[in-house]
Amino acid sequence: MTPSVYALLIGPFEGFSFMRIALVACLALALSNGPLGVLLLLRRMALDGDVLSHAVMPGAALGFVFSMHSLTALSLGGLASGTVVAGLTGLLGRSRPARHDAGLVAFYLVALALGVTLVAILGSNVDIVRVLFGTVLAIDVRALLQIAIVSSLTMLLLAMFYRPMAVDSFDPIFLRMVGGHGMRSLFIVLVLFNLVVSFQAFGTLLAIGPMLLPAAAARCWTNRPGLMMTLATAIGILSSYAGLLLSYHRNLPSGPAIVMAAGGLYGASLLVSATANLIRTRTKGNDR
Amino acid sequence: MFIVDREQNPRLFNRAARTSARATILRASGLPAPGVAGSAIGETARTIRAWLGNTGGQRPERSGLPLPPSVENGIEVRSVQVRHGQHVTLEGVNGRFAAGSLTAVVGPNGAGKSTLLNVLSGLTRPNRGEVICPARGRNRLAYLQQQTEFDRDFPVTVAELVGLGLWRSFGAFRTPPNIIADRVAEAIGAVGLLDQIHRRIGELSVGQMRRAFFARLLLLDAEVMLLDEPFAAVDVRTRDALLALMARWHEEGRTIVAVVHEFDQVRAHFPSALLLARSPIAWGDTRTVLTDDNLAKAVSVP
Repeated sequence: MTPSVYALLIGPFEGFSFMRIALVACLALALSNGPLGVLLLLRRMALDGDVLSHAVMPGAALGFVFSMHSLTALSLGGLASGTVVAGLTGLLGRSRPARHDAGLVAFYLVALALGVTLVAILGSNVDIVRVLFGTVLAIDVRALLQIAIVSSLTMLLLAMFYRPMAVDSFDPIFLRMVGGHGMRSLFIVLVLFNLVVSFQAFGTLLAIGPMLLPAAAARCWTNRPGLMMTLATAIGILSSYAGLLLSYHRNLPSGPAIVMAAGGLYGASLLVSATANLIRTRTKGNDR
Repeated sequence: MFIVDREQNPRLFNRAARTSARATILRASGLPAPGVAGSAIGETARTIRAWLGNTGGQRPERSGLPLPPSVENGIEVRSVQVRHGQHVTLEGVNGRFAAGSLTAVVGPNGAGKSTLLNVLSGLTRPNRGEVICPARGRNRLAYLQQQTEFDRDFPVTVAELVGLGLWRSFGAFRTPPNIIADRVAEAIGAVGLLDQIHRRIGELSVGQMRRAFFARLLLLDAEVMLLDEPFAAVDVRTRDALLALMARWHEEGRTIVAVVHEFDQVRAHFPSALLLARSPIAWGDTRTVLTDDNLAKAVSVP
């Protein structure tokens, strides 16, 4: 490898420990975000995920400002307000779909407004930016440990409950009739935990990005759920790496750079699959 | 994806790895490992052979299902009332679906037929009264809904969907036994869908979808079956095939309650009937229920 390529691709991570920690944190998140994001998409719950990521905000903001930016307080606060909103959306889930949508958007807006207000009253403008967009490069070893634990547990639980969870995604009544329960709740709890640990890295506005965008990109390539999850994880890893390099070399904010990289991969996937479809229909037309 | 599609190569290795990893964990914890450990690849090969041998198109003589146990498996309904807000959709339902009975629920639109099935299945809790259904407590009740939360766009194949019918043999966590592929192919053959076995459910027509659900019911081995308009919107051939399956389940002693619209069908195939117009107009032997008098009464209920 020539020195310049080395300096471009590996140097930043060798030279700076905060880059290394950020990379490892993003990779750990990508591992659990891949399967979670795919399930979120296949269950048509993308909006619910978005709402949850905002629901984390008021509680996390309180914890963040009140306890001198302590990680534990931030996480506990985020979990608490996330759980409240998840419970409320659970109640909504029983009403008609149209009302469900409106209710979700209402929660999302109120949580965001409440969070920003809290931080504005209790903290500074810098805090607002950190809460909204996160600070990947400020992750320390303790936060990394938290991310690693949540990511590992998520993968273990997903592996254990994969079958009932998959069935619950498309035929919940059947699962109930054979005696399966609680899969939706378990899934929401897993998403919530991952969003809470992503909060510090990506902030409330972007936390759902590394979960949804790689999954959406993966769906352009395959219809098989297992493969889709693997691909989503791979795309998540690739976009984390590319985003961090981009932010380092171009001096961009790191969280948004990672989400933009994931968005770019999603755009490319869409374009390729759309073209492939077009070619396929064309050739079919010619056959006739 | 999660049960049957073992013949696809990449997964073979995953599964083998997973099985042996699990066996290691079990050995370490001092628990007996499942019998499949170590031979997962050979087992997969056998499964493939079984698949190939069975997709040749021969129809099975019989499903090989064990008969349901002869315990009390009827449904008792005690003065059930269901309201949606102020509107009463079902009231005064009082009686029993005897064990092994085959009952058609008939009535005009909005008579509460689907609501009744929802109550019987336990999905809807009645505002008053109660339903006693021991099969439900044993998870031996099957419910084929008409308007369901089933998501056809979810990427599963016919084989995977039907394979879920053997849920009790593997449950949420166990490795499916390797006979499952044979029985799934057999059930799919019995409903005439063998040529669609690896297609995604989203690509099926309404009739094919119904056949797939019947194949799953065939494997599910339920003691009580609730079917909401199982023969609506399918062609004559599909209807006859499904009716034959239902007759077989009746012979096997299962309790069946089906919502049906065509009186001729009810008279020809259902020994009992329940004529519903928000509350039961008549309930019992089909010949005494489907009289002109009763039908006129059912239509005149506001």
